Amino acid sequence: MQEYRLEMRDVSKSFPGVKALDHAQLRLRPGTVHALMGENGAGKSTLMKCMFGIYKMDEGEVYFEGNKVDINDPMEALNMGIAMVHQELQPIPARTVGENIFLGRYPMKKILGFIPVVDHKKMYEDTAELLKKVRMDFDPKQLLGELSVSQMQSVEIAKAVSANCKVLILDEPTSSLTQNEVEALFRIIEDLKAEGVSIVYISHKMDEILQISDEVTIMRDGQYIGTWPSHELTTDSIITKMVGRELTNLYPARENVPGDIVFEVENFTSINPHSFRNVSFQLRKGEILGVGGLVGAQRTELMEGIFGIRSHTTGTIKYQGKVMNINRPKDAIDNGIAMLTEDRRLTGIMGVLSIADNISISSLQNYLDYNILINNKKVEELVLKNIEKMNIKAPSSKTQIKSLSGGNQQKVLIGRWLANNPDVLILDEPTRGIDVGAKYEIYCIIADLAKQGKSIIMISSEMSELIGMSDRVMVMCDGRVTGFINGKEATQENIMELATKFE
Amino acid sequence: MKTKQSFSQKIWSYFKGNPIVVILVVISIAVGFTVDNFLSWSNFNNLASNTSVRFLIALGVSGCLITKGTDLSAGRQVGLAACITGVLIQRANYAGRLFSNLPEINMWLVLLIVLIIGTLIGFINGFIIAVLNVPPFIATLGTQTIVYGISLVFTNAQPIGGFQKTFIKFFNNKILKTGEFPGIPVYLIIAVIFFVMFWFLYNKTTHGKYMYAIGGNENAAEVSGVDTRKVKIRIYALAGFMYAVAGYLLTAKSGGSSATLGMGYELEAIAGATIGGVSTTGGIGTVSGVLVGVLVFELLKVVLQFLQVNPYYNNIVQGLVIVIAVALDIRKYVAKK
Repeated sequence: MQEYRLEMRDVSKSFPGVKALDHAQLRLRPGTVHALMGENGAGKSTLMKCMFGIYKMDEGEVYFEGNKVDINDPMEALNMGIAMVHQELQPIPARTVGENIFLGRYPMKKILGFIPVVDHKKMYEDTAELLKKVRMDFDPKQLLGELSVSQMQSVEIAKAVSANCKVLILDEPTSSLTQNEVEALFRIIEDLKAEGVSIVYISHKMDEILQISDEVTIMRDGQYIGTWPSHELTTDSIITKMVGRELTNLYPARENVPGDIVFEVENFTSINPHSFRNVSFQLRKGEILGVGGLVGAQRTELMEGIFGIRSHTTGTIKYQGKVMNINRPKDAIDNGIAMLTEDRRLTGIMGVLSIADNISISSLQNYLDYNILINNKKVEELVLKNIEKMNIKAPSSKTQIKSLSGGNQQKVLIGRWLANNPDVLILDEPTRGIDVGAKYEIYCIIADLAKQGKSIIMISSEMSELIGMSDRVMVMCDGRVTGFINGKEATQENIMELATKFE
Repeated sequence: MKTKQSFSQKIWSYFKGNPIVVILVVISIAVGFTVDNFLSWSNFNNLASNTSVRFLIALGVSGCLITKGTDLSAGRQVGLAACITGVLIQRANYAGRLFSNLPEINMWLVLLIVLIIGTLIGFINGFIIAVLNVPPFIATLGTQTIVYGISLVFTNAQPIGGFQKTFIKFFNNKILKTGEFPGIPVYLIIAVIFFVMFWFLYNKTTHGKYMYAIGGNENAAEVSGVDTRKVKIRIYALAGFMYAVAGYLLTAKSGGSSATLGMGYELEAIAGATIGGVSTTGGIGTVSGVLVGVLVFELLKVVLQFLQVNPYYNNIVQGLVIVIAVALDIRKYVAKK
């Protein structure tokens, strides 16, 4: 047996304006979990896309089981035994679980001996078997759209397993999973490992990496930094290697002083009976209110309700004692509220538009000449101020936002909201999918805003972030607020206790 | 020397990015040298007048396309505008008058009436799309049929003629005419005015920015406080306004109108805009691109005519140009991976 299942040697890949990979390396041993780590933009996903044949590498060689191979498209990769579960799942929600798994390679049979048709019976039997293998026993005929995100992910993994893969790439598999679901995923990974599958595991979550992986390869700015056995690494040493500097503090010191109560939500209830209900809370000037809870606790739904994206039946929102009538985002914005939404791609960025257009879109009325013509100089000033202040890394203000890394996109979106000078800023998972360095920068921005007297609501699923950044933590469970904890007294345990207080 | 080089480089990169434009320019030059009268003022004026009217329609459609919509009712709206114009502009002493007891109406008042009706129909399109959430393709397919029906009922499917002389004369005039120089067609002047207006609208106003934002990501635009309904209604109403202008001018240009005038113009306008780089996936498109696209299309027609190609072949060639142009255009984005 070869020492390595798959080797990538000196892989380089350039995009217009960026060198995404610069002599990157990866060596996978059979039957191991190999973590691939680096800040966003370090080239992890690009390297995987080269391996999977989505991108064509400019330079470099790939060896599979000792033989040099050329992988030109995903089909070739799949035939070779390489499977990939993408960061963004791409399922077909209106079709069944079985059809999604066997898409493109449906089992066929012939009727009357010559008319080829899809063999549905075999397809669903095979699906049931595969689902059992990944420890998920739901109905193969269920529509995929009816499943939760984590169940969809299991379907994707089942699909990869069904291809009898020898290499499985998991790109941020746990970003939308709860703790229980993560454990279920880890059991599947252990099963696959025992069967000799090599797994590439991309994640930002240190504790997961240290728990599940055998080896860790670290990348920085498209370059290979090194590969180490996991037991030789600690969270700190990984971070140091990833960012190339020591990170002494994960969270900045905060100097904000919460003042009077300025923002009040009373008895707020969703139009949807399974969503938020009877929610009341208060927010002080210059306060950072963290919102914790499990996935499905309806935190996003509540905040989107307050911001006017979702409908509510009863409840009032007051700012400085005055009741605000909010039926759509525009109403909220006009009342000085801003909201950084959770899903950047779905409700945040306008991909084909420039950074300038993306930053200025919600404050355009501030840059008008004669009340009608946009003054591009003023817009450019705003953009340059943001690029500098928030350290946005981009070739120019005319660059399409979709070509930036996640962290830089997020900074552009924060800039969009700050341009409106809001009083209340709702941040929904502001650091999701963002690398360690950019995370710290975003924490600094949040701390600075609170110091300026802005009231901040921050939804976060990362316990340490919640504890490290909040003056107060509001915890939700199943659509209800189950309690408040002072920031200094907040611990993983007491937050979790409130988060699991089901009725 | 250096600036000149970068200018030629710019031209080169433009041609490289727009192969269909190059092909047509080359064909036109070839035809110009081989066929008599192709490079003449009268041909230029003819081409300019035709392109001008089509350009106005394509401008109207461009907003719909940039916001990931479409407007299949464009051609029929042009037709209705032409019918209304025709009926109202008939001479009082014309024997075949459709409404014989109507007084003779001032041509500018006629324009105003036509514009109001056109804008109203566009507004209804916008309302169906933005408020009732009917997909634009279906919504405008419906209004297309309705508007055509109205034209037929209104004119009783009769051709309309006998227009006021001042009306015909005013729009078919040429400006700056001297002994040598045959003058600039009024249609071209009007097209230039709208070019400038739309350029400002798309690049300098919040309406334009909001339009691109909706095309780029409608959800994100809504969350950013853009009143997406209002913007979309405005886009379709403005489109209706443009079709009305085009229908009015087309009536003057052809000296007669009927319910079938402008048949199929919506597809030519959509094709022209797409050839000119308006992205079918939304968020991308420029006024100058729309002009180039329409011009390419009209140039193609004139070239075919001068080459004395059997007119029945025209549709085949035009269809091929649409497919090839868009296929080449899409390659720019696909090749980047």
